[in-house]
Amino acid sequence: MRTLRKVAGESAALVLAGVVFLVPFSFMLLTAVKDGPQAADLDFSWPTSWPVVENLREVVEARDYILLRAYVNSILVTVVSVGFIVVFAAMAGYVMQRRPGRVSSLANFLVLSGLIIPPAIVPTIWLLQELGLFKTVPGLILVEIAFNLSYAVLLFRAFVAAVPRDLDEAAMMDGCTGWRLFFRVIFPLLRPVAITVTLTTSVAIFNDFVNPLYFLPGDDHATVQTTLYSFQSQYSTQWNLLFMDIVLITIPPLLAFIFFNRKIVAGMTAGAVKG
Amino acid sequence: MVVESRPSAGSRAKSAGPGPTRPARRRRGAAQPYTLYLPAAVVYFVIFAIPTAMAFYFSLTRWTLFESEFVGLENFRDFFEDQSLRIGLQNTLIYAVVTSGLKVVFGLMLGVLLTSKLRTSGFLRSVVFFPVLVSTVAVGITFSVLLRPDTGLVDKALALFCVSGTDWLGSAETALLSVALVDVWKGVGLATVIYIAGILSIPPSYYEAVAVDGGGAWQRFRHVTFPLSWPATSSVVLLSLIGGLRSFDLIWTMTRGGPGFSSDVIASIIYKQYQAGFYGLSTAGNVVLFVLVTLLILPLSWFLNRKEVAS
Amino acid sequence: MQISHRRLGGAVAAVGMALTALTACGSGGDSADGTVELSFLVDNSETTLSQANAVADAFNAANKDIKVEVETRPQGTEGDNVVKTRLSTGEMSDVFWYNSGSLLQALNPERSLADLTGDPVLSKVEEGFLPVVSQDEKVYGVPIGSATGGGILYNRKVYAELGLQVPRTWAEFMANNEKIKAAGKTAVISTYKDSWSSQLFVLADFYNVQAAVPSFAQDYTANKAKFATTPAALTGFQHLADVNAKGYQNKGYGSATVDQGLKLLLEGEGAHFPLLSFTLPPLLKDNPEVATDIGFFGVPGDDPAKAGATIWEPAAVYAAKGTEHLAEAKEFMAFVASPEGIEAIGKVSTPTGPYRVAGAKLPDDAIQAVKDIQAYIDAGLSAPALEYLSPVKGPSLEQITVAVGSGLTEPAEGAAQYDKDVEKQAKQLGLSGW
Repeated sequence: MRTLRKVAGESAALVLAGVVFLVPFSFMLLTAVKDGPQAADLDFSWPTSWPVVENLREVVEARDYILLRAYVNSILVTVVSVGFIVVFAAMAGYVMQRRPGRVSSLANFLVLSGLIIPPAIVPTIWLLQELGLFKTVPGLILVEIAFNLSYAVLLFRAFVAAVPRDLDEAAMMDGCTGWRLFFRVIFPLLRPVAITVTLTTSVAIFNDFVNPLYFLPGDDHATVQTTLYSFQSQYSTQWNLLFMDIVLITIPPLLAFIFFNRKIVAGMTAGAVKG
Repeated sequence: MVVESRPSAGSRAKSAGPGPTRPARRRRGAAQPYTLYLPAAVVYFVIFAIPTAMAFYFSLTRWTLFESEFVGLENFRDFFEDQSLRIGLQNTLIYAVVTSGLKVVFGLMLGVLLTSKLRTSGFLRSVVFFPVLVSTVAVGITFSVLLRPDTGLVDKALALFCVSGTDWLGSAETALLSVALVDVWKGVGLATVIYIAGILSIPPSYYEAVAVDGGGAWQRFRHVTFPLSWPATSSVVLLSLIGGLRSFDLIWTMTRGGPGFSSDVIASIIYKQYQAGFYGLSTAGNVVLFVLVTLLILPLSWFLNRKEVAS
Repeated sequence: MQISHRRLGGAVAAVGMALTALTACGSGGDSADGTVELSFLVDNSETTLSQANAVADAFNAANKDIKVEVETRPQGTEGDNVVKTRLSTGEMSDVFWYNSGSLLQALNPERSLADLTGDPVLSKVEEGFLPVVSQDEKVYGVPIGSATGGGILYNRKVYAELGLQVPRTWAEFMANNEKIKAAGKTAVISTYKDSWSSQLFVLADFYNVQAAVPSFAQDYTANKAKFATTPAALTGFQHLADVNAKGYQNKGYGSATVDQGLKLLLEGEGAHFPLLSFTLPPLLKDNPEVATDIGFFGVPGDDPAKAGATIWEPAAVYAAKGTEHLAEAKEFMAFVASPEGIEAIGKVSTPTGPYRVAGAKLPDDAIQAVKDIQAYIDAGLSAPALEYLSPVKGPSLEQITVAVGSGLTEPAEGAAQYDKDVEKQAKQLGLSGW
């Protein structure tokens, strides 16, 4: 009796989760591979024909291959800013954990502020303009670094606590100090958390819509998210193409999810609980 | 934060307490020089801290980016006199409270469900978590389609149960709440995994104690799971409140604050004022949001932490 | 091969823009064989670019010693800033394509643009167009492309089927709506997801406002007249509310898009759609019946004898004040504003409304709605939209009109909100008198 109820409950939960969470994704996928007229019905049905390649080609070729250019920009921004975030945050997290005191309390306060305070948009634009970086890819990279640092520092600081101090001492006996000590001895040990930070931050930056909207406007350096946003009005009658675009943009996070699900979940929960 | 690599002895004496001797400490300074803070600090200050501080001044000006004219509190007066901006303030609070409340409820439910011995719980965890990783713009567009009146999938599904749907995003009564529900759909996965981590860290002995007293599932939840996963609850509440108060992308892709001003929030107002070229006013909106977030989050996190220690 | 080339092109576009801004343009330059090169800056939208290329090619073919080179800039506010910056630093192209009306006023034409007042270049430009390219009685530009009408697009088949006449007053319009609704069709299509489309009852009513209060534009700019306190101007908001109160709108109007609305209109499920006529020609490709089935009438007012329409004027071509080739620039501008120039543009795009050049006839296959608009202009029953006469326009009008048109806000309150919005804009821009 108990097991029967359990099985019933289990299948009910499965069905419900399936409907609530899987139907929207199936809808995206199905609409993306339909032909134009059928997609325009916007219903949840099996495709009558499968113009997958045609849809794909049309989306990619649209507006002078803007999607490809956007992909290049997005990947560039993501890779470069995540690289800097990992190194900068590891350095800061390490000192913060190893040298408690006034400076670290201040740093801790700043990190928490960075997590909570909404960035002041227009003053940031003004400042970037003064630096000649507004509407440039390096400008957006700086913004992404600054806005994502705090979270990464927290993760690194927590992880450094588990690295024995003896290692620092031993390295110092060998005459290895300061930056050299950090990069030669400590940084390689932070690999696991560095991977976690890389994954979670990459997903966040790749999916970021607000910052490119403000700091990198214009078609010349579109990112995938802003491109999708402008396709929304351009393709308002070609739903198969719009959804093909959505599917293409969902692929990178999907890959990250398939291969590194556990790492990402671990990173996000650790950051949340400790923050 | 320009940091000297060897801070003065006085400041260290206070912070370090009894411990290593002077030479040892000097060695530690050499091992972990404060200059390691430098790269992070430079970016943080230039791109984040300085603009935040400047916002307080520019919110008091009429500003073209090239020149600014001091106008006192006029921007803030505009903000609180203008009916549309007041709606935005109210909507921001509603949106943040509704999304974080629902994320706690559903996150806890799913967390309990997915830590029980379901054979499919691994798969379900993935399914529930995946939306967290998907682009908000993509989710917004997809749900705008699903929520269309009559022909949308949601209304069609409701029709199966003889419930008549409505123009979810196109009518003033439902627009904000519809977007909030989509936000919950997208974000509940994170709340769920936080709860799962919290629940799994509860020592089994507590459950055994309840079992000895003859308590059932409800007792287990009431006396063990819920109180002992309090750290998870406080994380979920804080995270989703911070996110909810700042929320912009989903609202902007789904309703652009419409119809009329009925789903405007502070962040969408900041963007609209920016688009209109009202830079001073937009910055004033930023300051309002800053104050709102600080006034809500600081006391709340203090309260939640205290409760955490107490329990 | 082509892929990589284009991608590269996109990647270096910004650098290219900056370089050309610094080096090539501003003066054009003379090439060795004695031809004068004239740079022509236009925005990079597909329509603009194809029209600019068409007119430049036609001109180049006819003038061996002048060569017009088209350069592009971004659209929207970003593009506005490019134009402003290049004008103020003296690096503007010889000639450029830019909006007429209030956006022109923001360029400080007196200081930055070549004065064309009384110049033969204007000989073929229609009188009615001149005010939107003028400041302080001085004329600066010539029209390029066609105007657009703002008013009611209607399905002529539905009108024939129900035996309706084109209304000449608002009362007649509402009577028609009642009959259309009784016939089970949508009387007034509203598409508030694209909120800009909600403004038409207010903005396209300006012909009637001006007929009743001829000095409104001037007084409004000078902060003397308000929408809420000028009965004729308040009418537009009232109309929005009336249509909503009578239930004439389509179901789900709050989340409908303009494309959906046009589909309703084309299929005859809806009879009236307050909109701008530029939305029609792009539909021709898939729906040739647009040319004959869809007509246009201005937003009706009170006086049947004066029923007219509000016109969104075409953009214009201007010459930078500092150009070294003013004579050649004027030759090009005269060509743009001539029947030959119009013909060149007509080859690549269907007109969205009348041309503003004397002697330039609409092609015989022009769509019906455009012919209807032309008739208003020919009869002298038209006025430019308010945004062409006054730099003062609030950014929130479209949200306010959605709220009024959805019954969320009372019309008088909506008008008052808009007055406040306008005041905010004028103050932020530092206009005098506010």
